[in-house]
Amino acid sequence: MHGAYRADSTPAGALRSVRSSSLEAAAAPTEQVREAEALAVEFRDATKTYPGAEAPAVDGLSLEVPAGEICVFVGPSGCGKTTAMRMVNRMVEISSGDILIGGESVRERSAAELRRHTGYVIQQIGLFPHRTIGENIATVPRLLGWDRDRTRARVAALVELIGLEPELADRYPAQLSGGQQQRVGVARALAANPEVMLMDEPFGAVDPINRERLQNEFLRLQAELRKTILFVTHDIDEAIKLGDRIAVLREGGRLAQYATPAELLMAPADDFVEDFVGADRALKRLALLRVGDIDLWQAPLAFTGQATSEVRAKLAGAEVPYALLVDGDRRPLGWLSESDLACETVPSRPDSSPDPLLDLDDVMRDALSDLLQAESQYAPVVDAGGKIAGVLSVEIVSDFLTSEEEALTDEDRAAAEHGAAEV
Amino acid sequence: MVATALSLAQNGSDFFQDRSESNCIRDDGAFCAGWVIENIDRYVQPTLEHLLLVTVSVAAGFAIAFAMAVASHRARWLVPPFIGVTGVLYTIPSLAFFFLLLPITGRGNLTAIVALTAYTLQIIYRNIVAGLANVPTDAKDAGRGMGMSDRQLLWQVEMPLALPEIIAGLRIATVTTVALATLAVFAGAGGLGPEIVAGSNITFRTGVVVVFVILVAMALAIDLLLLAVQRWLGRWRIAGEAPSRRKPRLRRLRALGSERA
Amino acid sequence: MIAMPLAFLDAFGGAIEFIFTPRESVGVQVEVGGLGQVSELLLEHVRLSAAAMAGGLAVALPVGLYLGHRGKAELLAVGIGNAGRAIPELALIAFLVAFVGIGFINVTIALIVLAVPPILTNTFVGVRQVDREAIDAARGMGMSEREIAMRVELPLAAPTIVTGVRTAAINVIATAAIAPLAGVLTLGDFILSRNVYGDEGVLAGAILIALLALVVELVLSAVQVAVTPKGVRLQRAAAEA
Repeated sequence: MHGAYRADSTPAGALRSVRSSSLEAAAAPTEQVREAEALAVEFRDATKTYPGAEAPAVDGLSLEVPAGEICVFVGPSGCGKTTAMRMVNRMVEISSGDILIGGESVRERSAAELRRHTGYVIQQIGLFPHRTIGENIATVPRLLGWDRDRTRARVAALVELIGLEPELADRYPAQLSGGQQQRVGVARALAANPEVMLMDEPFGAVDPINRERLQNEFLRLQAELRKTILFVTHDIDEAIKLGDRIAVLREGGRLAQYATPAELLMAPADDFVEDFVGADRALKRLALLRVGDIDLWQAPLAFTGQATSEVRAKLAGAEVPYALLVDGDRRPLGWLSESDLACETVPSRPDSSPDPLLDLDDVMRDALSDLLQAESQYAPVVDAGGKIAGVLSVEIVSDFLTSEEEALTDEDRAAAEHGAAEV
Repeated sequence: MVATALSLAQNGSDFFQDRSESNCIRDDGAFCAGWVIENIDRYVQPTLEHLLLVTVSVAAGFAIAFAMAVASHRARWLVPPFIGVTGVLYTIPSLAFFFLLLPITGRGNLTAIVALTAYTLQIIYRNIVAGLANVPTDAKDAGRGMGMSDRQLLWQVEMPLALPEIIAGLRIATVTTVALATLAVFAGAGGLGPEIVAGSNITFRTGVVVVFVILVAMALAIDLLLLAVQRWLGRWRIAGEAPSRRKPRLRRLRALGSERA
Repeated sequence: MIAMPLAFLDAFGGAIEFIFTPRESVGVQVEVGGLGQVSELLLEHVRLSAAAMAGGLAVALPVGLYLGHRGKAELLAVGIGNAGRAIPELALIAFLVAFVGIGFINVTIALIVLAVPPILTNTFVGVRQVDREAIDAARGMGMSEREIAMRVELPLAAPTIVTGVRTAAINVIATAAIAPLAGVLTLGDFILSRNVYGDEGVLAGAILIALLALVVELVLSAVQVAVTPKGVRLQRAAAEA
């Protein structure tokens, strides 16, 4: 069972809202701390050329990030993805073109004011070592002049939101682990209800195990908060996992393709994107799917004590050529072999086990991995109650992938390529 | 040759003068405890004067060096000339400095204070600059990215993080000034210098020992006091230190005069 | 307001004259001033300082190298440096006069006491800060401990050591100025015996001592650059770029 993936690993394309009232519960009794409405971010032919450089670092970038979505900037080193992100809060000044937040140009706002309303998370985190965790998180609220009570309530809410014990708020950064520090960095960026969040490889400096944990937590947070987020990474897998939309940049700061993860994997705009996404993009698509997303085959079901002749009759025209023994509640007990069916009635204990037992909620890639590892060709799939829902096989998955690609009409394909051609 | 011999003889005749009554003193013992206890009062005033000289000089030196550091923090081109000037002031021996100042400030405490202040500038300035340079860049980047203005960044992030190193510089400056202020007597100032040099004091064994002890004790006391301040201000550093002591100590090694490298 | 700088220039002129022209002393019936006397005292000053530095180096350098190489007595090596700063030079000379007696050798020893701490500490720290990997590699190549100390640690620690030498030299030259109190007549005598040399003499002495210190500092700075291994210099330049 892949229970671990049920609540945490939520592919961005199929977010389940996690019922969590932590934010509301911890709000100050006198005042509701509301999250600000997310705003859309638009790049309009944004360009950055450093003085003395021959080519621009970011070249005429145009794209729009809808409010409340995560847009991941991804690309090889030197492609300008970090520069592009830092143009949004003017840590890098725009040479030409414009960037709009909620329709308002960032060039017309004062830099300091703009930054106080934009969350900013960098790879090395940059926590202030001389301040406690609580003081670090309270930085922007203090800059904005929030009063003490409001600040304190907000800090407490955030500490809980990121999953840290309240006592840690009085410790110094040096006393926390790398993963904890990373989370504090995110909390600090969220502190003043920013409309937009900028994150530059925030999970890059963490080991793979913690990175996955942090990514899952991040998705959980986003499910609640629904901020507009610009996220920079060099890791295509991270981009696919986290992004609602992905902007692939090539060297020279030019946009190669701007599409949803599925589109990117199914229809890469050109060779560069295809190379960057990787040769295993079919497998990568499987990371976007859950077992329950596709139509499963049905195996004929058998009950203990049932006449085997009945079972054999069912087997005749079934999709799956094996019978599955289930109990009274329709829970799978195992596969019935030829020798099992040789008897008059169905035995109570089958020859082979039902493993691997898959769940409707499992991520397809992991489910398929289990299936391939087992000797079985077919795996039973159960729902949340443990009742049989269908059967999965490799064939089903490959059929589905092919049909999806065909379903991507010429129109969609042209649109995906057009998104790249716009630059 | 004759001139120097005569001058020596003249000074030498001052060396042998009246002593006070007790046997210990008459035999010029190394440390006559009885006499010390009896006459301890005569050292109180000079010690206080000495302390005053040190405090004023270091405080003035700190104020000036701090202003210089803040100025050169934004205008980096100022750093080399500042380093050069403070370096020259440091190199000129204080004794000479007193007398170079003589035509301008005359004899007395002012001359001493000016010279002592000038001497502290280099070490304090260097330490402030080094402290500011050692502020982690990601903290500054994050601060700026969160919307801090340059001034806010300087006072809320950079200065607090540089403080331990600044205090370290202050410690060195103070200890050296305590020693150096004894020479102020030649500029016509007070302090403990006269207790060593004036009149027959220079051969008065017990007196020399007493002054030596007072000076060393003063230097030590101030150093420890400032060390406590340094630790207290940098307590966030100690917070994260691992139990093993070896590595942290090596990191804190500082070459002497690295301030002038 | 105007009078002050003018007075200073006037005094300055008088001092320069004192250096070059002998004249009758106002206080005592002797001839003072002139290049002859100046060079005599200057020479004595340099002699004393050089002797002290030589002694300091002879003591501090080997000890610092040894302790630094072995990594022993860190507390002592660094502590001596800090403690050395607190030694009151004047009281030291007075101590000498009161307990040991006057004379060149005695003063030299006192000055050696002043010179040792910075050189010792800086040698120790300089050696400790040499890249551990380089030393490891040297050991791996079969260098003896002594060879490592002399051929790897010493050259790489040289810049830091010279910094310590500079600090020591300035201290020694400054304290040599009050050596006349202990019977060794250096340039400081011009300052300390005002009644003999007059005001011009005092200022001349101050100027001469200051110049001596600055010249020595400049020379040692050049030595420091010369002694920095070329590779290290390039490394630093690259880091600062």
